[in-house]
Amino acid sequence: MTDNYLNLVNSPLPGKIAKALGLPRPSVLRRYTPGESIASKPVLVTGSGAGAEALADVLLSWDVEVRRHVLPGEKLSAAVVVLDRAASPADLAAPLLELGQALKVLVPGGRVVAVFRSSADTTDPAVAAARQGIDGAIRSVAHELRGGATANGIILRGDATTTDATTLGALRFFLSGRSAYVDGQFLEVSGTPAESLAGLAAATTAVGEGVPDRPLAGKTAVVTGAARGIGAKIAEILARDGARVVAVDVPAAGEQLAQVANRVGGTALQLDITDPDAAARILEHVGGRYGTLDVVVHNAGITRDKLLANMDASRWDSVIAVNIASQLRMNEQFIASSVFSTTGRIISLASTSGIAGNRGQSNYAASKAGVIGMVRAQAASFDGAGRTVNAVAPGFIETDMTAKIPPLTRQVARRLSSLQQGGLPVDVAEAIAFLASDAAAGINGQVLRVCGQNLVGA
Amino acid sequence: MADQAGAQTAALPPRTAVVIGGNRIPFARSGGAYAYSSNKDMLIAALDGLVARFGLQGERIGEVAAGAVLKHSRDFNLTREAVLGSALSPETPAYDLQQACATGLETVVGLSNKIRLGQIDSGIAGGVDSASDAPIAVSEGLRRVLLDLSRAKTTQQKIKVLATLRPKDLSPNAPTTGEPRTGLSMGEHQALTTAAWEITREAQDELAYRSHHNLAAAYDRGFFSDLMTPYRGLTKDANLRADTSLEKLATLKPVFGKGLDTPATMTAGNSTPLTDGAAVVLLGSEDYARANNLPMLATIVDAEAAAVDFVTGEEGLLMAPVHAMPRLLQRNGFTFDDFDFFEIHEAFAGTVLSSLAAWEDPDYCKRVLGLDGALGSIDRSKVNVNGSSLAAGHPFAATGGRIVASLAKTLSEKGGRGLISVCAAGGQGVVAILEAR
Repeated sequence: MTDNYLNLVNSPLPGKIAKALGLPRPSVLRRYTPGESIASKPVLVTGSGAGAEALADVLLSWDVEVRRHVLPGEKLSAAVVVLDRAASPADLAAPLLELGQALKVLVPGGRVVAVFRSSADTTDPAVAAARQGIDGAIRSVAHELRGGATANGIILRGDATTTDATTLGALRFFLSGRSAYVDGQFLEVSGTPAESLAGLAAATTAVGEGVPDRPLAGKTAVVTGAARGIGAKIAEILARDGARVVAVDVPAAGEQLAQVANRVGGTALQLDITDPDAAARILEHVGGRYGTLDVVVHNAGITRDKLLANMDASRWDSVIAVNIASQLRMNEQFIASSVFSTTGRIISLASTSGIAGNRGQSNYAASKAGVIGMVRAQAASFDGAGRTVNAVAPGFIETDMTAKIPPLTRQVARRLSSLQQGGLPVDVAEAIAFLASDAAAGINGQVLRVCGQNLVGA
Repeated sequence: MADQAGAQTAALPPRTAVVIGGNRIPFARSGGAYAYSSNKDMLIAALDGLVARFGLQGERIGEVAAGAVLKHSRDFNLTREAVLGSALSPETPAYDLQQACATGLETVVGLSNKIRLGQIDSGIAGGVDSASDAPIAVSEGLRRVLLDLSRAKTTQQKIKVLATLRPKDLSPNAPTTGEPRTGLSMGEHQALTTAAWEITREAQDELAYRSHHNLAAAYDRGFFSDLMTPYRGLTKDANLRADTSLEKLATLKPVFGKGLDTPATMTAGNSTPLTDGAAVVLLGSEDYARANNLPMLATIVDAEAAAVDFVTGEEGLLMAPVHAMPRLLQRNGFTFDDFDFFEIHEAFAGTVLSSLAAWEDPDYCKRVLGLDGALGSIDRSKVNVNGSSLAAGHPFAATGGRIVASLAKTLSEKGGRGLISVCAAGGQGVVAILEAR
């Protein structure tokens, strides 16, 4: 679905008119292309202390030009605000006011990334106030940014440091074009489990410069609902990042599924995920062909919208069966299987409807909120053991599904986010590819919203 | 030294050829979902589904062999063109083969023999046919005029050639299932055989009924989920009537054998309809399958072709497999009791029942097949357990691939040994043995 308004305001004259009238002026987002530089202009690192110094050194090692202060007249690609030592709200002023100066010289598609500790990990009220304060400030910055720029945060849990593998993985994700439609979001990271570091080191050295261009090389990923839309794009992006993809969809979608599999050089597996033997067939296929199952993406989902007052059992039951019951059943079998890697990743598609609710979607919201509940409980059982489970919650994404929304409602829905536009399937896929990578080893039980900081469910 | 090496190669025992898997598109009734699909389109779709199932993108397969019975002259390189249009490596060689309805099975036999000899490690066998997109030829008269015209040099000569054209020359020749040497359609030929073996209408309807119900049951348990890829919106064989009953079948009017002295018994229900579709099978050596972590569903053990003299009426047109069978069994030291599954192509219900009756008849087996007595009886519950052509339809050259893949999968699930019998126009037939791994 083309966003005609976005195209219009990005052409010279209509752009000026929109500006004069104070109309929303969504930007064409900076999206990832393999081999891209994460920062073509210098990156500001504000904040003091060993954590900030160490992070600045890492950025230097990535061939990024680092500034510790805003220089007059110099554009910045990004600003990284390191506040891991914030102990009282008074500590925020200097680094955040410096950030304010940086926002004035941020390039279009620029990035703001805050790195700080979790307020949940302290019992000191002043420390907690400082940490939670950062959360509020960064969300506000995200609302203020224009030109396709975003602001996000990395929350260090426990004894995680600013230069842990996962912290750096998350930083690279937020700085890169992969996070184009992720805005006003926070990822909690833990110290990276040792099991994942070997793979990460291998993936990093493989390209020499510390930039793993194919971070999923050697991994086998199963994507359900892969025949079309977001699922097909997930298959494509995982394959681009080096994964062998097993594309799964119902037999009736087999023609499109085969096309997807052939496009990404993967295999097509026709099955209904609600069948009791679905997981067994996936494990048999992956075990037989590739040996190990590294990544599971539960993307398959359906909507059967109706106001609850008019809801019938078949609409309710089918949505629950496909969107959550199947995932619970399959996960149980994956986790019990030796085919599922000890550093395996499960990534489920949730939805902002599951966070905020949505009129006419009580069944869908129940299933998607259910996914979030499932992910959090399952994550607790994985904690520190090498496997992770996370969810990605897309907001308004331009798909065949959202193309069916009435035109005016659709236009309004697009402008409701800080980025003033709908996301693309690739934006969801990039977030999933990141969570599937070794670099995300210390991210577990998170729900990452890919919504452009949509006002709904905020 | 060179001689020695050659001798060693020649002395190597044949390797084993296995069925790795298969893929077909659902079969459509002529003029249905694939009315505007060409043979090439459908063969590419079948190949691409197979490539997707087994991850063969960009792979150079040893050889691809396929064919079509109803073939446009422009499709002289049909299989190679389909390979070039598919996701396979363009360096994959291919050849066309045509043996009427035995085309598909014969491609399996040919490629498996190459694998056994070590000439290739992998192969894709199959076939395709479109009764909807059939070639229509110009009449013999018009064809001769057009050829003469191309040779004429002067305007005067050209006018002279055109003057020989007659109005009747302008009507085109549509393809028929008629035998060139007898003028009889295949159905009329089978009607003669059906009558000769005194096959009843009830027995034929019963066989058709079981074909539909067996196929429907196979769909219900997901049997085809890794044997089929939907095409053009069709997700199941369009000819399948899951709810058909003996009563419904009994109401159909006979269409063949109406001119015979005996009652006409063959209807549209117990004869195969004209169908469009394609099917392919992935074959390989054991080493190829192991090296690529591919499944081995069944071993291709042996095959035998036969032909009969139907022109003089000595034997029925579709009875050649009856002759091939004892030769195949004797060579391998088997009797019918050694088999767990039988796939007998249902060109017509009467074909299957006439074949079974012939093998059970001691007099016929002694007199015609030169045996000591009856070849044997086949347990009907072991025949076409997942349905066959009466229910699925019969795109001529695609049927062999459908049968081989389905039988191989059945053997991989249930174990045992399977026997295939496919009759063909021209009084020919091919039979083959598959064995579980």
